[in-house]
Amino acid sequence: MDSQLIAWVLAAAQALLFVAAAPLLAGWVKCVKCRLQNRAAPSVWQPYRDLAKLLKKRMVLAENASWLFRAVPYIVFGAMLLAAAVVPLIAVRLPTAAIADVIVLVGFFALARFFTALAGMDIGTAFGGMGASREMMVSALAEPALLMAAFTLSMTAATTNLSIATEYVLQAGLVLRPSFLFALLALAMVTVAECSRIPVDNPATHLELTMLHEAMILEYGGRYLALIEWASQIKLMIYAVVIVDFFLPWGIAREFTAAALAVGAVAVTAKLMLLGVLLVAWETVLAKMRLFRVPQFLGFAFLLSVLGMLTHVVLETGG
Amino acid sequence: MSAAGGTPLLLAYAAAACSLLSGAVSLFAVRRHPGFLHFGSFLFLFAAGAASIASGGWALLADLTLTDQFALGPPWLRWYVRLDPLSGFFMLLLGTLVLAISLYGPSYTREFARGEARQPLPPLGVFTALFVLGMQMLLLADDALVFMIFWEMMSLSGYFLVVYQHQHAANRHAAFLYLLLAHVGALVILISFGVLAAFGGGLSFDQMRSASLTPLWATLAFAFAFFGFGVKAGVVPLHVWLPDAHPVAPSHISAMMSGAMIKMGIYGIVRVSYDLIGHVRWEWGVVVLIVGTASALLGVLYAIMQHDLKRLLAYHSIENIGIILMGLGLSMIFLGSGHKVLGTLGLVAALYHTLNHALFKGLLFLGAGAVLYRTHERDLEHMGGLIHRMPVTALMFLVGCVAISALPPFNGFVSEWLTFQTALQAPALKNGVLRAIIPIAAALLALAAALAAACFVKAFGIAFLGKPRTRRVAHAREVPAGMLGGMGLLATLCLLLGVFPTSVIEAMAPITQLLVHEALPSAAVQGWLWLTPISPEVASYSAPFLVIAIVVVFGVGYVFLKRRAAPWRTGDPWDCGFGQLNHRMQYTSTAFSQPIRRVFGAVWKVEEDVETVAGAGPIPRAKSIHYQLHVQDWSWLKCYVPIGHLVLAAARRIGVIQTGNIHTYLKYSFATLLFFLWIVS
Repeated sequence: MDSQLIAWVLAAAQALLFVAAAPLLAGWVKCVKCRLQNRAAPSVWQPYRDLAKLLKKRMVLAENASWLFRAVPYIVFGAMLLAAAVVPLIAVRLPTAAIADVIVLVGFFALARFFTALAGMDIGTAFGGMGASREMMVSALAEPALLMAAFTLSMTAATTNLSIATEYVLQAGLVLRPSFLFALLALAMVTVAECSRIPVDNPATHLELTMLHEAMILEYGGRYLALIEWASQIKLMIYAVVIVDFFLPWGIAREFTAAALAVGAVAVTAKLMLLGVLLVAWETVLAKMRLFRVPQFLGFAFLLSVLGMLTHVVLETGG
Repeated sequence: MSAAGGTPLLLAYAAAACSLLSGAVSLFAVRRHPGFLHFGSFLFLFAAGAASIASGGWALLADLTLTDQFALGPPWLRWYVRLDPLSGFFMLLLGTLVLAISLYGPSYTREFARGEARQPLPPLGVFTALFVLGMQMLLLADDALVFMIFWEMMSLSGYFLVVYQHQHAANRHAAFLYLLLAHVGALVILISFGVLAAFGGGLSFDQMRSASLTPLWATLAFAFAFFGFGVKAGVVPLHVWLPDAHPVAPSHISAMMSGAMIKMGIYGIVRVSYDLIGHVRWEWGVVVLIVGTASALLGVLYAIMQHDLKRLLAYHSIENIGIILMGLGLSMIFLGSGHKVLGTLGLVAALYHTLNHALFKGLLFLGAGAVLYRTHERDLEHMGGLIHRMPVTALMFLVGCVAISALPPFNGFVSEWLTFQTALQAPALKNGVLRAIIPIAAALLALAAALAAACFVKAFGIAFLGKPRTRRVAHAREVPAGMLGGMGLLATLCLLLGVFPTSVIEAMAPITQLLVHEALPSAAVQGWLWLTPISPEVASYSAPFLVIAIVVVFGVGYVFLKRRAAPWRTGDPWDCGFGQLNHRMQYTSTAFSQPIRRVFGAVWKVEEDVETVAGAGPIPRAKSIHYQLHVQDWSWLKCYVPIGHLVLAAARRIGVIQTGNIHTYLKYSFATLLFFLWIVS
C-alpha cells in the first residue's frame, strides 16, 4: 500500500514537473534558434515571463464570443495536462501510465484540436475559419501517419501502453530494427506538422496567409492565450518525450530511488536538449512550405510509417 | 438458460402491442384532433420503448433465451418467436431510441398540424407505429417467415415515412430509390434463407442452426446475407438510397432510421453468420473488413462535402456502419483462424459501436431536427450563430459531435479504441498478408476518424458558431422542453457509455457467450475503473479516472485563475483595420471543406465553375462573380447509371412481345399453362 502511495505521489509530481518544464523546452528551442541564426537570443526563461504577463493581463473578448469560446482554453489545457500525466518522463512503471495508452494520447490531442478549431470559428471572422479548416486538413493527414508509426512500435512491443513499451525497448537492448528507423522518421515529420513548426506552419509569424494554428487563436488574449500557449508548449514536449521514450529510453528510472530518479532527470534533460537542437537545425535549413505541399509532406510520412510496419511484418516477426 | 415463455417475452409482446395501439390511436388524429397524435400516439410509443428496454435488458442481463410459438398462418407453418441476449441487445437499442423520440415527437410533429408544412397526421402516426412494430417483431423472429414478414413491414412503412412530405419531387424520388433497393435487398436475403432452409429442412431458425453446410454453400449463404443486409445497412456501394432517404423523412424518423433501422442490417449479418451458419470463416472476414474500410473512408469523404446538415449526417451513418463492419470483419478473421478471445473482442467492439452509433446519431438527427423546427433550414450555408439563440440544443449537438468524432471521454472513442486494439493483435495471425493489411486498415480507420472530426468541426462550427447568415436563423428560439428531453436522454447515455465501458462490456458477455461461447475474461480484471480488453500489460484505459482528472483540473483552474482574475471586457474582433466585419465574410461550409476537396480530389466528381462578368472601363475588374460547385458520388455514376441503362435496354427488347392484341396475350397464357403442366407432369 505504501509503495502504491509513493508511486501515485511520484506520478503526480512527474506530471507537474512535465507541465512546469514545458516552457523551458520552448525557451531553449527559441534561444538556440536565435544563436544559430546570428540573432541576439532571449533568455531561456523568457516563456515563463511571457506566460506570467499574459496571466495577469485583463482580457478583451470579441463581442460575438459564446460560452464555448471561454471554455476552450481550459479544455485544451486540461487535455494536455492529462496527456502529460501519462507519458513517462523520468520514471517508468508509474500508475498513471495505465490510465491511457498511446491511442488515448492521440485522442487527447484530437480533443484539444477539435475544440481549438471550434473556438476559431466562434467569432465569425475569416481568419478563424481559415485556421480551423487548414488545421483540420493537416491533422486529418497527420493522424494516420502518427497512429501507423505508433502501431509499428506497439506491435513490436506487444503493448500500446507507453510505460511498458519503453521498458520493452530498454530490455531489448541496442537492437537495430529497420522498422524503428522508419517509424522514427515518420514520427519526427508528424511532430513537426502537429506542433505547428516549419515547414508546415510557422509559430513565429502572424502573416495572414501563412498562419495555421495562430489563425485559430487570433482572438484570444490574456489568461486564455496563456493557457493555450502553455498547452502548445506542453504538446511539443510530449511529442519530444514520446520520441525519446520509444527510441532512446536509456537512463529512465526503473525503480523509485533518489539516485535512479536523478539519473533519469539528467538523462531526459540532456536528450530533450539534443532534440531541441535538432529541431532548430531542421527549422533553420528548411523554408515554410506552401499549404498544398503539406499533403505531400504528410503523405511521405504516412508512406514511411507503412514501410516501417511492413518491414516489421516481413523482416522482424519471422512467422 | 433456455425456457419457453417468461416475463421478458411477455414484456416484449406488450411492447409490440403498445406500438400497435399507438398506430390505432393516431388513426383518430384528424385535423380537428391533433392531440391524438401528439399525446395518445406518443404516449403508447413511450410505453413501447420502455417495455422494449425492460424486456431486452432483462434478457441480456439475466442471460435468458426464451422461446414461444403461435399457430398463425397456414397449419403447417407455425410462427416461432425467440428472445435471446442478442435480440435483447438490439431490443434495448431500439427501445432507447423509441423512448427518446416519444419525448421529442409531440412537439416536433406540431409543425405538421399547422402552418406551412401542414400534412395529414394519421399516416405519420400509423406508419411510425408499424415501423417500430416491424423492428420489434423481426428481432423476436425465430423463423425465416416471421422475419421476412416483419422485415417487409419495416421496409414498407419506412417508405411511407420517407415519402410523407410527398409534395416535393425529391422526396418521391428518394422514396422510390429506397423502396427499390430495399426490395432487391429483401430478395437476396430470401435467397440466403433459402440456402439455409434447404440444408436445414425447414424455415425455423432452429432447423437452420442444426444444418450442416459444405464450406461452399455456407459461403454462398453468407454472401447473399451480407449483400442483402448490407443494402439495409448502407455499405458502399449499396448505400445510394441512404443519403437521399434519411434526410427527407421527418427528423425523428431520420433518427430512427439512422439509429435503429440500418442496425437491423447489422443484426441480420450477425444473426445469420454467427448464429445460423455458425462457423465463420476468416475469408469472409477479409471481405467484410475491406468493405467496412471502404465504407468508413468513402462515407466520411462524401459526408464532408455536404452542406445539407441532415444529408451530412446520413453519409456519416455509412461511415459508422463501415466502422462496425471493420470490427465484425476483424472478429471473423480471428475466429476463423482459431483465436477465440480476439474474435470475441472484435465482436464486442462492433456491437459496442452499434449501440454508440444509435445513440449519437439519433442525438444528432434530433438536434438537426431542432434546428429545422425553429429555422426551417437544412442548409448549413444559411445557418450560423445558433449557440447564442439555442444554447441547450447547441450543447446537446456538441455532445453528439464530440461522441461521433471519437474523442475521449465519450462513447464513440471507446468503441473505436476497442477496434484499434483488436486490429493491433494482428501479429497473432499466421498469414503474413493479413498481418500486413489489418494494421493498414486500422490506419485508414484513423484517417476516417480524423476526417470525421474535421467534418463535425465544420457542421457544428458553421451551424452553431459565428454570426447568423440569414434572418430566420438570427431570430431562432430554443426548442420546447420535450424535444430537449429527448436529446438530453441520448446525450446523457453518450457520456455514461463512454465513462463506464467496463460495465457495458461485462453486460455484453451473454451475447458473446451465445454466439462464440467465449467472453472477455480479462476486460475487468482490475475492477470497473480499468478497461483492459486483452490484459493489463497490453493496453488499458480508464475513463472514470479521466473524468475525475478533468473535474479536478477544471476545479483547480477555476479557483486559481477564474476567481482572482479581473473581469474581461468586450471589443470588436480583429478586422485588419478595414472596418465592420459582416456575416458574409465568414468561412462557409464549402470553403471549410475546400482543402480536403483538393487533397482527395479523385474521390468525387467535382464540377467547379466560376463565371466572371467583366466591368466596363479600362481597368479590368469583375462586376459580378458567380461560383458554382457540384460534387457527386462516383458510385452512382459508375454503378447505378449503367445498370439503369441496361435494365431499360432489356425492357425495350422484351417490349417487342407486348403487342397490345388480346388474342396474342391469350396465346401467351395458354402456352405458359401448357409449359407448367409439362413441368408438373
